[in-house]
Order: sequence, then C-alpha cells, then structure tokens
Amino acid sequence: MAIRVNLITGRTIQQGVSMEAGKEKPAYTTACGIIELDPADFKKLGAFRNTNVRVTSNYGSVIVKAVEATQGPHPGVAYIPMGPWANMIVNPNTYSTGMPTFKGTPVEVEVAKSEPVLGSLELVRKGCRGELA
Amino acid sequence: MTKTITDVVCPFCGTLCDDLEVVVSDDGKKLLEVYNACAIGAEKFLHSQAKDRITRPRMRQEDGSWKEISYDEAADYTARMLADAKKPLMYGWSSTNCEAQSVGSEIGEAVGAVMDNTATVCHGTSLIAVQDIGIPSCTLGEVKNRADRILFWGCNPAHAHPRHMSRYSIFPRGFFTGKGHTGRKVIVVDPRVTDTARVADVHLQIEQGHDYELLDALRVAFKGEQLPDVVAGIPKAKIYEVAETLKSGRFAIIFFGMGVTQSIGKNHNIDAAIAVTRDLNEYTKAAIMPMRGHYNVTGSGQVWGWQFGFPFAVDLSRGFARYNPGETTSNDLLRRDEVDAVFVLGSDPGAHFPFSSVRKIYDLPSVAVEPHETPTTEICKVHVPVAFVGVEVGGCAYRMDNVPIETRKVVDAPEGMMTDEEFLKSVLMRVREIKGV
Amino acid sequence: MAEFLIKNGFVFDPILGIKGDVADIAIKDGKIVETSAVTKPKIIDAAGKTVMAGGVDIHAHVAGPKVNIGRNFRPEDKLFNCTPGHGIERMQGGFSVPTTIRTGYNYARMGYTTVMEAAMPPLYARHTHEEMRDTPILDQGAYPVFGNNWFVLEYLKNHEIENTAAYIAWLLRATKGYAVKVVNPGGTEAWAWGLNCDNVHDPVPYFDITPAQIIKGLIEANEYLGLPHSMHMHANNLGNPGNYTTTLDSFKLSEGIKPNSKFGRDQVMHHTHVQFHSYGGDSWANVESKAKEIMGYVNSHDNITIDMGQVTLDETTTMTADGPFEHHLTELNHLKWANADVELETGSGVVPYIYSPNIKVCAIQWCIGLELALLAKDPMRVFMTTDHPNAGPFIRYPRIMKWLMSQEAREQQIDAFKYKDKVIDATNLAGIDRELDLYEIAQMTRAGPAKSLGLAHMYGGLAPGLEADVAVFDFNPNESYVPDDIENAFSNARHLFKAGVQIISDHEIVSNGNKRTLWVNARVNENPQVMRDVKEKFLRYYTVTLNNYEVSGHYLPNPYVIEVDATQ
Repeated sequence: MAIRVNLITGRTIQQGVSMEAGKEKPAYTTACGIIELDPADFKKLGAFRNTNVRVTSNYGSVIVKAVEATQGPHPGVAYIPMGPWANMIVNPNTYSTGMPTFKGTPVEVEVAKSEPVLGSLELVRKGCRGELA
Repeated sequence: MTKTITDVVCPFCGTLCDDLEVVVSDDGKKLLEVYNACAIGAEKFLHSQAKDRITRPRMRQEDGSWKEISYDEAADYTARMLADAKKPLMYGWSSTNCEAQSVGSEIGEAVGAVMDNTATVCHGTSLIAVQDIGIPSCTLGEVKNRADRILFWGCNPAHAHPRHMSRYSIFPRGFFTGKGHTGRKVIVVDPRVTDTARVADVHLQIEQGHDYELLDALRVAFKGEQLPDVVAGIPKAKIYEVAETLKSGRFAIIFFGMGVTQSIGKNHNIDAAIAVTRDLNEYTKAAIMPMRGHYNVTGSGQVWGWQFGFPFAVDLSRGFARYNPGETTSNDLLRRDEVDAVFVLGSDPGAHFPFSSVRKIYDLPSVAVEPHETPTTEICKVHVPVAFVGVEVGGCAYRMDNVPIETRKVVDAPEGMMTDEEFLKSVLMRVREIKGV
Repeated sequence: MAEFLIKNGFVFDPILGIKGDVADIAIKDGKIVETSAVTKPKIIDAAGKTVMAGGVDIHAHVAGPKVNIGRNFRPEDKLFNCTPGHGIERMQGGFSVPTTIRTGYNYARMGYTTVMEAAMPPLYARHTHEEMRDTPILDQGAYPVFGNNWFVLEYLKNHEIENTAAYIAWLLRATKGYAVKVVNPGGTEAWAWGLNCDNVHDPVPYFDITPAQIIKGLIEANEYLGLPHSMHMHANNLGNPGNYTTTLDSFKLSEGIKPNSKFGRDQVMHHTHVQFHSYGGDSWANVESKAKEIMGYVNSHDNITIDMGQVTLDETTTMTADGPFEHHLTELNHLKWANADVELETGSGVVPYIYSPNIKVCAIQWCIGLELALLAKDPMRVFMTTDHPNAGPFIRYPRIMKWLMSQEAREQQIDAFKYKDKVIDATNLAGIDRELDLYEIAQMTRAGPAKSLGLAHMYGGLAPGLEADVAVFDFNPNESYVPDDIENAFSNARHLFKAGVQIISDHEIVSNGNKRTLWVNARVNENPQVMRDVKEKFLRYYTVTLNNYEVSGHYLPNPYVIEVDATQ
C-alpha cells in the first residue's frame, strides 16, 4: 500500500543541533533520516509510527523512518528535514533561477520495514558510487 | 581558574546574537560552558571541543581510504586543481569571515572561477527579486523598538533562528514597544502548524506552493477590491481581516524564508511580498527582511558586491565578472557539466544540494575546506580541516539585516591548525607561482 | 623614497598663487619640497602640460551600506562595462556605482587623490571602512550622520551642547569617523513612522524638537569641539519645488556663530549639493531656479561653504540618508526602491534615476548647478561635486569643468534640450557669460575643499611641506582648444603622484599607493552622564552590545588620526 503526498523540506532545531554535533553521528540520522506524516496519512498508509518507509519521487528514492508530524496537522503534506535524505528525492530543477525546487515535490510513500535508514556519509557515498538499491 | 568571555558572537545563523558568554579554561585552550546561546549555537561552540576532531588535511586514496597530508601539500593540490581547471566552481563562503572571503575573491580572479555562495540554495531568489523591485527594509533594532505588526511568511524561527523572536521580533520591549509581545499582532503564513504559528495571533495555513496568489490577494484586499471566496486555501474574510490588521499598525514588518524562496514561483513570490510591503507604505510604515540562514552568507554577498558588483553567482571565468542566475548558479553549472573542478569552503553542498548535483561533485577534482566531517568531505578528494570562525578565530560577519559585527576568538584552535584565511593565502601564493603572476 | 622633479609645466595653484606660469614642482619623502631640496630626482617632463595638486572631493557616496545596496540591486549598472584585470589593476565593473577598485582607479585617472565618503551610518561603520580599505590609492575619511540620532535629539531638545559634543567625540572614536554630517534633520527619524519634517520648524514626532534646534545645536557642538571640518549639512525638503526658502532658513541658523578651529577653516556650516535645494515655484510645472537668491546669501556670508551637486544628464543611482525623499522619488519615477532604516541613528534609501535632457525638470536642475558655480564670488567657498552618484557619477567632473570653462559648451547643451525655451525661461544660465579659468577650477576642486575640511595643511596645494599629491594633465592652456579637449585631458591624467608615490605614469596605473583612512580623535573632559546614557541605550534599545560596536584597528590598516583637544 502506497500513498501520495506533497513533500516539503526545511530546518528543524533537532536538525540544527545534530548537524553541529557532527553529521557523521547517529543523532543526525535520527533527526533528519525521517519523514513527518500526518496521522490521517498514517492511517491511509496503514503503518505504525516509527516504521521505515521508502519515499520515491520522479528524481530518486530513499529509505527514512516515518514519524508523526510534530508541527501538524497537515494532511497531504509530508516533511523531511533538510539534509542528504531529503535531497535524494527533491525536485532539482531550478527553472532558470539557480534555486532547486526544494519544496513541493510529489512523492510516493510505501512501507519498507526491513530496509535500513543509512547514515548521512554512507548514504551519500553509496549514492555517488551507484551502490544504492 | 576559568575565564568568562562576554559579548561573544554566535557563528551559527543570520540572527548573529552577540550577547553570548563563554567560559574557558585558564590557558584559553578549552571551552567549558556557553551561556545565552540557543541549543544549536551552544552545540556549535561545544563541538569544536570534540575529541575525535580531524585536525590535519587528508587526501582520498585509490582504495578509498584517507591519507594524512600537510597543509602545504593540501594548498599545492588545491592551487594546481584550480589553476589547471578551465572553469572551476568555488562554492560556499557563508560560514567564514569577510577577511577569508576577500582572499577567496583574489584566488577566483586569478584562476577564473565561478564564485557562488549558499544564497544559491537559500535567498538567491530573494536577491533576484530585489534586483527587480528593490527592498524597503530596516535593522532588527527598528523592529524591536517600533514594530507592532509582525508577519512571518514561510519561515519558522522557532526552529531555524531560535532567538530571533525573543531578541528582535515578538517578545522584546523596545523604546516605543514597552508592552513587548502584548503590544504586537503576530501573523504566520505556513502550510504547517509550526511552533512559530503556535505563538501567533493569526495562522494562515496556506496551501503549499500558492504563496504568490495569497500575496496578491492581500494587495487586492488593501485596496478593498473583490476577492474570490477562497484563495490558496484561505477564506476571503480571513484575508480581509489580515489586510486590515497590517494596515492599521504603526510599523509592520514581514520576515520571509525558504517557504517562499524555494517553492514554485521562486523570485516571483518575493516580488509579490515586496510589492505588498511597498503597498503598505501607502498606509503606514512597513519593512521586509529575508531570514538569512548562515551567519555570514550576507557578508559574502556584501564583499562580492563591492568587489564585483553582484551578490552571488559571479562568473569570473571570462576574465571579468558576469552574473546570470540560472546559468552561473552552482546547481545549474553542476547539472549541465559546465565546471571541471569544485572547491568548497564554509558550506556543505554534499548534504544540502539535490543529489544529482552532489554526484557531479564526486566525479570531479574537488577540495573541501571544512572544520567538520560532512557528506561533502566524504565525497571530495581532499579535505582541509580548519579552525572554527567565531570560536577559534575572529573576523567580520554580516547579520541578516546587513549589520556587520566582528566575531570573537574564544579559544585556541588545536595545535597546528590553520584558519580559512591562512589556508586561502597559501593557496593564493601557490596559484600566483603556478600562473607566474 | 624616490625624488621627483616635475619640470616646466603650467602650474595652477591657489596656495602658491600661481596662475598658469611655468614652474617646477619637487617631491621628496612624500612631500612637496623646494626645488633646491632634491638631489637626484627622476625628471618628469611637463612642458606644455597643466600641473595641479591632487583633487579633493568633499562629498561623494563611494563606500558603505547604501552604496553596496546600489551595486547589488542594479546588475544593469554593470551591463557592458565589466573589465578584466590589467597590469596591476584588478577586475572592475559598474558605471554609477562602480566597484571599490574602479572607484579608486577612476578618481586617480581624473587626478583626484582625496575623497570623503559623505554619509556613514554609525552602526554600519565597519562596513564603510571595509569598503574604503578595498578602495586603492585614495586617502579617505567618512562622515557619520548625526541629524536623526536619538542621543542628539534628546540632548539638543534641552540645548545641552556639552553633552552633545561629548557624544560626538565618543561616536567619532567608535566609528573612526571624520566629521559631523546632518541629513534631513529630524525628517529621517520621522520617516521611521512614514512621516517627514518639511521645514526647519516642523517638529520631530515624539522627540518634540525642531530641525532648527538640531542644526543650530550641532553647529555649536561642532565648534565647541573645534573639529577640523564644520558641520556638514543636507537640509530638509530636498528636491522639492519651492524649497529654497527652507535652504535659506537653514543657512541663517549659522549666523552669528564663529568658527573655533585650529585647522584653518573659516566656515561653520558646509551645505552640500545645493543644486537640489535651490528650487522656486510650487509644482513641477512651474519649478524655477533660485540660484541667484541662494548665491546672494552665500556670497555675502563668509561662514558658509557649499558644493554644487551638479546634474550630469546620465542614468544614475540616487542614494541618501534622506529616507523620506527616496520614497517620494520612487513614487515619482516608479523605479525600484530600497530603504534601510537604522535603529536609533538614521535611515537611507536608494532609487535609480534617469536625468534625461528630454525632461524639462532635469534640464532645469542641470542649469541650476552650473549657475551656483558661475555666480560664486569666491571660488574658495563653492566646490565642484555631483553628490556622486545622486546627480551623476563622479567620472563626469571633467565634463563639468568643460561646462564651467566654456560658454560654447553650455550653449551646445542648452540647444540640445527638448524644452529649451521653457528651460531658459525658468533659469538664469543662458544669460551668464562667465567662463572659469583653471585657477578657479583649482580653487573649487583642490584648495577650497581642502581648506573647508580643515586639511589645508596636507592637501589642496603645491606649497613645500604639503603632501606630494600632484597631477599632470595633457592640456596646454596657452594653445587654442575646443571644449571637449578640456574633458578629455582632465579625464585621463598623464601622471599622478600620491604622497610622493607615482600612481600613474604615461596614463598607466602603476601603483596602488599607500591608501590612508583619516579620522578625528577628539578628546573631551570626562562626561559620566553621556557614558551612562550610552550604556543604557545599548542595554535597552540597540541590538548589538556596546562592546561589539566600536570599529577596531584592523579595519583601518593605514590610519591617519587627527587629534583634537577639547578638554579645556
């Protein structure tokens, strides 16, 4: 079962703190390797909180942990804190402005219980080497 | 014995708080405690003390492992890479001081680089809008002392600029604002019920990506003209009400962030927001300000402004300065394979660029000058760790309202580490030797 | 240091009183010396050429926050004019708001060696100094603005001159500033509420003080301190038809105040860009020149100096701390508008503007500026400026020289105006046949501004002991010439020396010189009240701390401090 939502990215204080503490550390993954979903969307997805999910857009795909929205309700809108996980799937087109379209990417979310959320360095390294599934 | 250093400037975000107190050991080598900072700022100071910090340059080997090299070798590699490249990209420049940015400009001129800063993924579209329509703005103290209407549009200072609301915008008691937050009306426009929206008097939960429509609707409402029943998910009665609230203030300020700069519409959203501000000046006093992210991204735009005339995306590769966002901006250059080497300082594109651009950096000769270990250092060929600006070395930085503040050194960097400025100077020297100038 | 002997040039120097006679100028150790004092000088052949002291610009906006707003928000100002590095020159760009590097070089090419930044918002002093540091060759200083500063408003409301003076001394030191600048006194504070002060008696909202009290009080505080320069004034009501009465009212506030300065100036008020303040009529339909009335006053009161603010008929970028004026302007021309109000201190605005010869008002403005200079009885008190870049870019100074020196050139321009007859009716210029000579030009561009700044002991002349700032131009005043020869020769100095260093040799820039930043360190008696007020304002109302406010030394790598003792 997959759902379609509108993805936005941005800063959170946990993202900021863990980034300054070290992007190689697990806390950074905990803060940013997530997708915040509205309870209504959880229901549609038919998944428990804190389940790993695969998020796929026209531009890529990434495994993150689905958590309940902290700044909701926002049904139909999903949130991944800015960072390498979000950047695997955002719309990179700048439409001649220089600015990638970080907010407003249509994505599909499906449960991927057994797949791991990678750490930031590993994610980027594997992505560059073409080692991601 | 310990020493307390006061009036310390926080090198995290564009709020550039300058009232931190830092306790250091007697010998000035250890940073023990940080007061007055937000959680992020405190972490930035404390992380400089990490035991596992990388303190020497390193080069990626064929087998994927790192090999330690000297700063001289790193400078030599960097200089050769830049000098050999036809069109290198020199990106970042936002988490460093103006002094280093200035040396970077000289290198950029010598090697014909494209100079771009993090505005390119942050407020670059705001800078474009300002070139279209201007920007009526003010310093943050004007907000603190006068503003009674505060509008946050597509920004969430509770998370991104944690002390902004208490120092400048919502809560402080200023000269004409002795009642603090009770004398102010706070409006938040955001598709989520953010923690900032929770402290607002009015939250307009806008349909994501429809900022332009709502901004235009406000302009219509100011003039008392007819609106459709619903605009961008907001009922018209609410829009008229907010328009009246803004017009009836003595001093209105609009703060805006990535919600408008990165959503579809981009610079046109900001055009509309500035037009709203211009319109408001027909009725009362109004100002608008971008919530700049990195603590010195603003400074980078200032330095390039007086040296080249453009605030970001400056292409020096033809021997003179050119500027054409969409063409000379980092992500467009990378995606189109138009650069042949990448130098990064004071930013982490590995984490914050779309992955299609990150992959291009991986395929190119690349150097990252960066105190932390980051996704960027992970994919670059050479990583040059440096002292933290604002912690281990001082220098000038520009706040989001363009006010320049001199950051302070509070502790020594680990033995033998270079600063950004020192490393760049040695690269510049090597470039000049190689180029014979 | 190298010695130079500039031989056989036609020298124009008001300090030595030489009016085009052939003379030799000797340079040693950075100073002008007697020709007998050099032993093995490098000879510069100036035969058939004009020799003058380095030019001194008393008022230009060349460095600081609003200048950089102008650069960054006008990419079109750089269209087709960005140039690559060349020899020792770095990349350059920009027309009306050039990069700092072009600013330094373009002034040098015109033979200018000292340029004062006309308005420095104190909170942004660090920025202004960073830009000046990156401007090669020129000696520079910057004027912090005081006319809307809360300390000043509060002290002068009760006519507390000593406290005002102590605060000025403190702020000059904190910002490394040079002089007391006043811009639309009270009006910019009113603009923080979207209002303005239209005349000298229009009270400032909340602060309950009039512009007249601010102006008079700041003149008195300036003389209490005995600063090198006088109070430097941009009056209320700039740029509006009928504003000349406000200008005269402002002038009159200086009456009866005598200069108290060891630095050789005779004025207590310098009024800048007077062209913008000399309009009659009551609308843009009937605006007319009141230059005669203005110059009638200036000519008969020797405690005032002024500068022109000459319109050059270019597309340019206006910028001023007169925030309400720029809002007024954007409503007139509908071009983009930047505004930057500064807490407790000042404000500013920036708007592009096109001075078209096809627009009647622009042509009238052009006439008024020239009339001011041509009606001047004493060229030592009326200086050439464009209020760069407000009325036009500074690179047009040689063109203004042409207009001032040649009635033929003026007639050519008047003939080219679309509304020639209406312009002639509204102005006096067509009836003025005076043609200035190079000696008078040297007074208006060298000796005069240097004296007004209190820097006659350093700049503005070629007398032994002065700084060796010397320019040689390809211009022979004794041969026949057409007006354009003036503009061409003075746009492109043959040689230039700054403090004894050869900067230009045969039209090529060969050195970046040893740029200095001038600031005034005024010592006053300890004043606990002012220091307590400063502490309190920083604690409660500023958004930077007091300890992070002062501009520290490394922003001025080569400072030149002028000491003033006002402790008695």
